[in-house]
Parts: sequence; structure tokens; C-alpha cells
Amino acid sequence: MATLNQSEKKSLTFGAIFGRWEVTLILLIIIVSIVCTSLSPYFLDVTNLFNMTTNFMEKAVMALPMAFVIIIGAIDLSVASNLALSSIIMGLLYQGLGLPIWVAMIVGLIVGTFGGFINGILIGKVKLPALAATLGTYALYRGLCYSFIGDQTVANFPDSFLNIGLGTIGSTPIPVQLVIFLVFAVIYGLLLHRTTFGRFTYAIGQNEEGCRFSGVPVDRTKIIIFSLNGLMAAVAGIILAARFTSVRVDAGLGYELDVITAVVLGGVDIAGGSGTIFGVVLSLFLLGLIRYGMSLLNISGQIQSIAVGCMLIIAILVPYVTRQIRQKTRKQQLVE
Amino acid sequence: MESTIKQTSSRDFASTLANFRELVVLFLTIILVIAVSIRQPVFLTADNINDILLSIAVTVIVAVGQMMAIVIRGIDLSVSSTVGLVAMAVGLTIRDTTNFPMGIAVLMGIGLGILLGSVNALLIAKGKVPPIICTLGTMSIYRGLMPVLSNGEWVNSYQVPKSFLAITRFPIFGIPALVIYAALVAIIFYFFLKYTRIGREIFAFGSNPSASIVAGIPVDRVKMTVFILSGMLAGFGGVLWASRYGSVTNDTAIGFELSTVAACVIGGVNVYGGSGTVSGVVLGALFLGIVTNVLTISGIPPFWRLTVQGLVILLAVIVDAEINRRLKKS
Repeated sequence: MATLNQSEKKSLTFGAIFGRWEVTLILLIIIVSIVCTSLSPYFLDVTNLFNMTTNFMEKAVMALPMAFVIIIGAIDLSVASNLALSSIIMGLLYQGLGLPIWVAMIVGLIVGTFGGFINGILIGKVKLPALAATLGTYALYRGLCYSFIGDQTVANFPDSFLNIGLGTIGSTPIPVQLVIFLVFAVIYGLLLHRTTFGRFTYAIGQNEEGCRFSGVPVDRTKIIIFSLNGLMAAVAGIILAARFTSVRVDAGLGYELDVITAVVLGGVDIAGGSGTIFGVVLSLFLLGLIRYGMSLLNISGQIQSIAVGCMLIIAILVPYVTRQIRQKTRKQQLVE
Repeated sequence: MESTIKQTSSRDFASTLANFRELVVLFLTIILVIAVSIRQPVFLTADNINDILLSIAVTVIVAVGQMMAIVIRGIDLSVSSTVGLVAMAVGLTIRDTTNFPMGIAVLMGIGLGILLGSVNALLIAKGKVPPIICTLGTMSIYRGLMPVLSNGEWVNSYQVPKSFLAITRFPIFGIPALVIYAALVAIIFYFFLKYTRIGREIFAFGSNPSASIVAGIPVDRVKMTVFILSGMLAGFGGVLWASRYGSVTNDTAIGFELSTVAACVIGGVNVYGGSGTVSGVVLGALFLGIVTNVLTISGIPPFWRLTVQGLVILLAVIVDAEINRRLKKS
């Protein structure tokens, strides 16, 4: 009985909601754009719109691999701490040791990937629950930031580096970080939807036990996914350092929850097993537009989070309620 | 038949594990206390013990609610914002009303907490929103309501009457009231979870949701109860927070939800649900509190605190997983 219900729910998720969720997001983006345009004449300004994207690109690049993490039914609370740690080490190598910036960046990326790899080992090999393991590394990585630089700031990056966060492509208003994000979005989209690795990811989220029996390398897939999450946290760290031109210990504090919000709003099932990169990208832009629109209307950042919180809950509640109504009518039909 | 046997044995297994886990934490705590008191005689002074207990009191109160949420395979991330919002609401009321009765202030905080918890409860039990999503959402919403209430202002300790600050400070048998409150909450919830019907149902549901539905346990009511109680405790924690620190800002208690989860995880609450004890949570919070205190009195720069806390959490869960595996093998 329970299994029947579950499979029914799964098929409904896939057929009815999964297929339409992206459409819903596009409609929401259009609605938000129309409302904001009518409220503020500055909303549809091309330069403004491009500038607006730079406000959430750090979170956006982290949301891509986070989709994988949530699809396998796990969670990663440590990304924001990993972001801070990798960018601080990068900054220290450049500033303290005088290494060339590109070497420092590569080391930063390695540190981030290694941070993710540790999560992967803890979850894939030591079999810790993802929530507990990443809660530990959440504190540990942020703690290491404090241990390294305390209340100091790492700054004085070269102009060529700052270009990543502040520059645009040629004389167009297209920000460099937007291009970086889009390239990664395509890569992660292909990885999830066009490769065996992507199929494994879904399969683990659907039925981990079954995967083990059918020879899917579950542990290795998990380790790779968490390492990718660490890598992208480091990428986000580079973008953040370049955008703010400095790094402090509280860099990206609390971003992990924003990233998870974006992924879930993008239609990735928190219980695992379903979701698309396209949905995540759409939800990132939807959230960005909402925040941008509200900023134009002089609504402060903290109050904007009320809207984001409501959207998150409504996004989950509405499909459930419609599914419930549909199931009721179907049951009635069966009875008749 | 076979499956029933399996289930009882796995439940026994879970409870032995939980007991065992607590003993490990207790053992580690005692070793830590002995080791530190030999090297740092100041550790065992009444003042220092007082400091430790004061520092963990609010965490214990809120973590008890968190524990119940984790036991039913959920989590309550909104507790930090509930603490903040209630602290702000009560703080502003106290500041702006002359001669506001303190008893009413406490009740107001608890009531507000129940209200905020009910929102979670309804969404989770009736709306079937997964707890992690629901409370992630309400965490943002409640945090966002704080500047709406306060207009971006702070509540400062000099603006509130001494009698409000005294709520957590007046001594009962020489012990600060705040510590007594935490102890009372722990004792009440210990008995509530152990000896009341709904308390048992919380564990039954957590260890096997589908079986408990078949067994006729009112699942929705269990979920509602847990999240309302968690909100209530967070509300109580909010009043105490405002009274203890005297000042409330929009960032009050930010990130506190993870401290409460950490106390649970160290205290042996199974993050997959089904098992956990109040005494474990108290021990978990105490262990973290002692570690933090030891770092402070040993003169280690405060910048190392979080690193050590992270290591402690990781060690606790790794030990947990290892014991789990050993027990399963034998």
C-alpha cells in the first residue's frame, strides 16, 4: 500500500510537476518582470539588469553542484565556510608569500576541492549522515578562517584579478562573472542530463540500496559530487574576493541556506531523485529579479528575505495541494 | 512475524546505542573536567562553573525542542529566528511600556513562540512541506520580520528596566535563575518524553513512521505537538536571551540553530530520527560549553574556538558511526 502510494507520487512528480515546474518558473519570472516594470522605470534598464546578476553569482555557481548533492538525497551545509577558507588561503598565498595570483587561485581551487573531498569521504566512506558531517565541517572550515586571519582582512589583489568580479566583457555591459556562471551551468547541465554520471546521480537519489546491488559506484559518485561542491565553493570564493576586492572571515556567511533555497525552488526534490539544472538556473534568476526589484523599491535586504522565505514554502505547498486534489478526484473516479 | 521481531530488536538496538552514546559523552566530559582541573585550578571554581552553565542554558532549552524535531526525522532551522524575533518583540514592548509586568513578558514570549511554532506545525503536518524546507523558509521570514518590528532600531540594555534583566539573574539557592530554568525544562521534558503517551508516540513515529501509522498513532498530531513545543521553547529562549544580554539587534541569535543541532549531534541524538534523550542533549551542550570555556581559560586565542568546536562535532559523529558499526557486527 505504502509502496503503491509512493510510486504513484513519484510518477506524478515526474509527469505532472517535474515537466511543468520550469514553465511555472518562467511564468513567475515574467510576472515579476511585469510587476516591477510597472512599479519602477529603472527595472528594464539593460545595464541595471546585467549589474543585478553580479549580486548573486557566487551563490549561483555554488547552486549548480548543490543540485547534485540534493538529488542524491544529501545536503551540504559547509559550502559557505569552504568558500571563505579557500579564498582566504588564496589571498594569504598571494599577499603573504607573494606567489603569482594565478598560482594562488589554483591552490585556492585545490583547497576548496579538498574541503569538499573530506566531506565526500566522511559521507561516502565513513558513512556519516550528510547533515552531521557538513555541520561539523561548516564549523571547522569557518573556524580555520578565524585561526588563520582572525579579524584581519586580506586585500590588495591585482587589477587583473579584480576583473573577474568587477569587469565586463569588452565594451558590452555583460559581466565577466555572468559568463563564468553560464559556462559552468552548461557544463553541469550536460553532466547531469547527458552522462552516465548524471544517471548515477538520479539513481542514487531514487534508490541507493538498489544502486549498490546493481553495481553503481555509489561511494565514488558521492565523493566526486561533494568534491565538485567544494570546487565550486572555491570558484565562488574567487568571484566574491574579486567583487569585494577583499576577503574577511565572515565572507559568504549564511550563503549555504540561500543556495539550498535556490536549488529547492528550482524544483529539485529535497528528498532526492529529481530536479534539473535548468530549473535551478531559472530559480536563481527569479530570486535575483525579486531581490533586484525590491531593492529598486527601496525595500531592505532583510525584509526581502520574507518574500524569499514565502516563495520557498509556497513553491512546495502549491504542488502538494494540487496533487492532493488530483489524487482525491482520481480516487473518487476509481470508487465509481 | 519475522518483521515484528526484527523491528523490536532494532528498537532495542537503537535504545542501547543511545544509552551507550550518552555514556561515551559523559565519560569524555569527566575526563576533560579532570584533565583540565589538574592543569587549570581556576576551572573548578564556583564562578567558572557558573559561567559555563550560564553559557549553555539557553542552548539547552532550545536544543530540547530541536531534539524532538530531529527524533521525528525532521529538523527545526527556524529556532534561531524565533529566538531573535521573540527577543525583539518582548524587548521592544518592555522598552516602550512603563511598568510592564515581567510575568506577562515571559508569557508573551512563550505565547509568541507557540504562535510561530504553530505556523511550522501546520505547514509540516497539514501542508506536508518537508520540515527542512518549511523551517528554512520560516527562518528567513521570521528574521525578515525583525526589522519590520524594530524599524531597524536596537534594543539596548540601558533602555530596559533592571527588573527585566533580573529575570535571568536573580539567584535561587545561590544559582542564577537562568540555569534553574534550563534545568526545569530538561526535567519536565525528560518526564514528558518518557512517561506521557504523546511523548512515547514521538519516539514511535520517529523510529518507524509507516508502522506507527498502521498502529494508529495520530501522526499529524505528533508532528504538530513537536513543532509547537519547539517554537514554545524557542520563544522562552528568546525572552531569556533578551534578558540575559539586555540588547537585541536584527542579528540576534543568527546561526544559533546550528548550535542547537550541534548539541543534539554530540549528545547522541540520531540524525536519522528515532532515538535521542534529553540527558544526552544536556551533556552535548555541556561538553561544547566546557570545551569553549577550557579554550578561554587556557588563554588560547578566541579565534581557535570555532575550529575546535567543528573538530569536536566531527569526532562525536565519527565515534558514533564507529560504535554503530561495531554493535551491528556483533
